[in-house]
Amino acid sequence: MTRLSKGGLIDRDARLRFSFNGTEYSGYQGDTLASALLANGVQLMGRSFKYHRPRGVFAAGSEEPNAMVTLRDGARAEPNTRATMTELYDGLSARSQNHIGSLERDLLAVNDLLSPFLAAGFYYKTFMWPKAFWEKLYEPAIRRAAGLGALSMQADPDEYDKGFLHCDLLVIGGGAAGLSAALTAGRAGAQVILADEDFALGGRLLAERDRLDGAEARDWVAITRAELDSLPNVRVMPRTTVFGVYDHGIYGAVERVADHLPTPGDKVRQTLWRITAKRAVLAAGATERHIPFADNDRPGIMLAGAMRAYANRWAVTPLKHANDPIAIFTNGDDGHRTAMDLIAHGARVLGVIDSRADAPCFGQYEVFPGATVTGTKGRQSLYAIEITRNGQSEWHSVGALGVSGGWNPNVHLASHHRGRPVWDDALLAFVPGPNGPQGLIPAGAAAGKGGVADALADGMQAAITALLEIDIAAKPIPLPQAENAPAAQEAFWHVPGKRRAWVDFQNDVTVKDIVLAHKENMRPVEHLKRWTTLGMATDQGKTSNISALAVMAELTGKTIPQTGTTIFRPPYTGVSLSVLGGGDTGPHFRPKRLTPTHHWAEAQGAEFVEVGPWMRAQYFPQPGETHWRESVDREVLAVRSGVGLCDVTTLGKIDVQGADAGEFLNRVYANMMGTLKVGMVRYGLMLREDGHCYDDGTCARLAEDHYVVTTTTANAGLVYRQMEFFRQCVWPDLDVQLISTTDAWAQIAVAGPQSRTLLQRIVDDADISNEAFPFMACRELTICGGLRARLFRISFSGELAYEVAVPARYGHALMQRLMEKGADLGVTPYGTEALGVLRIEKGHAAGAELNGQTTAQMLGLGRMVSVKKDSVGAIMSRREGLAGDKRRLVGLKPVNAQKPVAAGAHLFAKDASRDMANDQGWVTSACYSPHLDSHIALGFLEDGDTRMGEVITAANPLEGQEVTVEVVSAHFVDPEGGRLRD
Amino acid sequence: MLIPHPLLGLRDAQEFTYLGDASLMHRPDPAREDAVAAFADYVFLRDNPAGVHRELWFHEAGDRSWLVVTRDTTTHEILGAELASDVKLGGVQ
Repeated sequence: MTRLSKGGLIDRDARLRFSFNGTEYSGYQGDTLASALLANGVQLMGRSFKYHRPRGVFAAGSEEPNAMVTLRDGARAEPNTRATMTELYDGLSARSQNHIGSLERDLLAVNDLLSPFLAAGFYYKTFMWPKAFWEKLYEPAIRRAAGLGALSMQADPDEYDKGFLHCDLLVIGGGAAGLSAALTAGRAGAQVILADEDFALGGRLLAERDRLDGAEARDWVAITRAELDSLPNVRVMPRTTVFGVYDHGIYGAVERVADHLPTPGDKVRQTLWRITAKRAVLAAGATERHIPFADNDRPGIMLAGAMRAYANRWAVTPLKHANDPIAIFTNGDDGHRTAMDLIAHGARVLGVIDSRADAPCFGQYEVFPGATVTGTKGRQSLYAIEITRNGQSEWHSVGALGVSGGWNPNVHLASHHRGRPVWDDALLAFVPGPNGPQGLIPAGAAAGKGGVADALADGMQAAITALLEIDIAAKPIPLPQAENAPAAQEAFWHVPGKRRAWVDFQNDVTVKDIVLAHKENMRPVEHLKRWTTLGMATDQGKTSNISALAVMAELTGKTIPQTGTTIFRPPYTGVSLSVLGGGDTGPHFRPKRLTPTHHWAEAQGAEFVEVGPWMRAQYFPQPGETHWRESVDREVLAVRSGVGLCDVTTLGKIDVQGADAGEFLNRVYANMMGTLKVGMVRYGLMLREDGHCYDDGTCARLAEDHYVVTTTTANAGLVYRQMEFFRQCVWPDLDVQLISTTDAWAQIAVAGPQSRTLLQRIVDDADISNEAFPFMACRELTICGGLRARLFRISFSGELAYEVAVPARYGHALMQRLMEKGADLGVTPYGTEALGVLRIEKGHAAGAELNGQTTAQMLGLGRMVSVKKDSVGAIMSRREGLAGDKRRLVGLKPVNAQKPVAAGAHLFAKDASRDMANDQGWVTSACYSPHLDSHIALGFLEDGDTRMGEVITAANPLEGQEVTVEVVSAHFVDPEGGRLRD
Repeated sequence: MLIPHPLLGLRDAQEFTYLGDASLMHRPDPAREDAVAAFADYVFLRDNPAGVHRELWFHEAGDRSWLVVTRDTTTHEILGAELASDVKLGGVQ
């Protein structure tokens, strides 16, 4: 046990049990998994990505590159979870990743011996030949050998949510700067959100021994937290990572609502917040960097600041054996703070190895000035380091080594809008530049002002400045008395040497790899990054990028700012796909629309099919029917011989009113609509402006200034949008208004020779005889004793047919009434399958024929494009490429009537070879026609209108199918149209 | 993104459908001699400037008005938003 006997922000009365790789341990409330493992003397936590080197925890926060574990079991298993960010809970179970065999005896550690062959760019160089080996051998082998954790491959059992928040000031980070900013703004009455990725507020104040007003900093943090919690205008959000800055002051954040609980219970696991903030303060702190030296990746070596955090916040030393000495390697004063804190906690400190010849000493410990660490021993746990001074080297026994190379401000969010960080020579770091996201003000350590006194003052000032911009006057608040710790350092970036010195731990990138990239001329930072994979791991190089730049700068003889820096994109840390999906999974993935007769159809045992967002009845199986075709054939024949009912509510309906309604429709439809008589309906064809067919439907004129047009189900929204575009953007001078009434009216098709007989039984007093209400008539009337309705005599099936529309809430009742009144006529409900068969038999175009690539001429509707007027698409429809297209819609009947034709098959002259050069068209729709007792199809065929009777081939070479078909009229049923008009 | 709707104030961009270059409002005169060429340009050619761009947005999940939004494509700064019908009737370019 390496837990210190006292101190730390842990509740020693709340003991928590947990397991790692099957071994049981215990920790305390307030621990992270990393601190609890260290307290149990566990240094080895994982294996590295490429070389499978043993690795221990390196940091104490979200920048952790090494200690990645798979948390939880079964469906809740979550790979690549940072042990440093995992709040300990009772019963936690975690296991290490990326090894074959046990963590201690990983069989893939052999990769480390192959390291001379696995240097930068090895993928590009090695696995070139033979080409086929890449996919079959190399890639699968590499993927097995290199990698991180694996997914559970089970559905995530937990729920996630999305939420929206608005505020005057968003404070990102709850350390010294963030707390003073939030308090300043909160006291000024502004709406404030304070978000921090940690479960406890305080940031580095919890990790240091800085004193505020002469007391422990945690006291001030607690008082401040209490005041913020008491202010109704402040929302404090711990466990919340602001991961991205988006346009116009919108920030993305993930709140880990229940990640710290064994299971979420009745909570969601995480919430995705979209925060719209008038202003924001970026108080995200800073991340410590290390100094690469030989064999610097052993368990027991970690950032000095992290070591301090473990000692101060969690009362833990990172040792395997409690009384081993600890050494610090630093290039500045900051490393000395760790030594002093460790001594204060009673730990043994070997001394501070300081690269500076004039290294200071701040207390009772040994200093090795002008010295460096040049080697380490201890494969799975550090036990010795080599200290070199003036060319003299000697080995010292140590149990842990802290490394401090200075601090990098967390500029990530400030560079999300291509804001370029700028180099600060005094700080030896990049700080946020002037061109960051609008309204985002960096403060405290994130702005390079990391001393406690500086950070407190800077946070307050940032809040005052931000609020002033939105006319909120905030007053300075009394800040606690604090001091900035000494922070002098020298530019010392890495220890040269022959052995490998790691720069990027997670992706196994060493100084040698950077040297190689330099030799191979991969020198610009973007090339360096991609050639070596530096900074491309899940930690995005938080602890490595700047050190790598410095090495490259040294090699090229340029300065670091000349060498450049890569900028960051969202997310700041990994965001799970589950939370990005929010609750929109499974049936909630998209809204489902139900027709007014849906529940009625359900009660009839209908099968349903998704049509866009709609659920439509596909067919209605009857007792004894064992195959869908039996049901569909029965429904089709019932319509052709008696009467059938089909809910067609899903067709788009647009109400067009105004003095210029006719003129407007003349312009948006290819054919003439202005001349339509009141009380009549016309088929309407709509083109796109490029001349291709767009949509079709019917256009009914209910009054001089009132039309109702219908669209296909799929295009209902799009056609409405297009009509509004022309009304508002192109012809706003026309007096016309549009409204979509698709949802307002339930519409039922009543089709078949007995349809009039049936309708006469529900129509109140209107005369709907053939003379009074002929084919293509329409009128408003009442049915069923006073219910207002619209009746259209239109037919998709080719039979005598009507569509009757009633206010949507009466759709269900109307269906029931029609079924009741038509019982003696054998009234039969039919679904979309029968609807499709009926229209193919009649040769009516639908989605497969109106696929956006066909023209009016191809459909045999060329003459509908009026030349007496202009309309959308008319001009372009006459261009050569379209006008010269000789393909025409035809019917296709297999010579062997029982042989099905596949939609999508291509058409060839009988003896032509089946290739592109001989392709003459394709089959658009196909079905079995019970009326003809034959399979039939529709298709587009070159010169099809002049080839009636010719026998050709429909071929589907993909599946080796060929069907001999005869070219016939597309109108398989009643080509003269007599049935429609009787 | 937030769009300053001239009637409804700041609205989230998710409520809108984007169409593109506002030049689509200027449909060529079908009677002109070179109508086919003019329509080909109108249908197929768009400017795609890096910088200030006037573009059409449809408030589909809102009041269904078409807006002309002036946006800097390099910064996403919105410089203005007007009702398309006002722009067209006012003869503004």
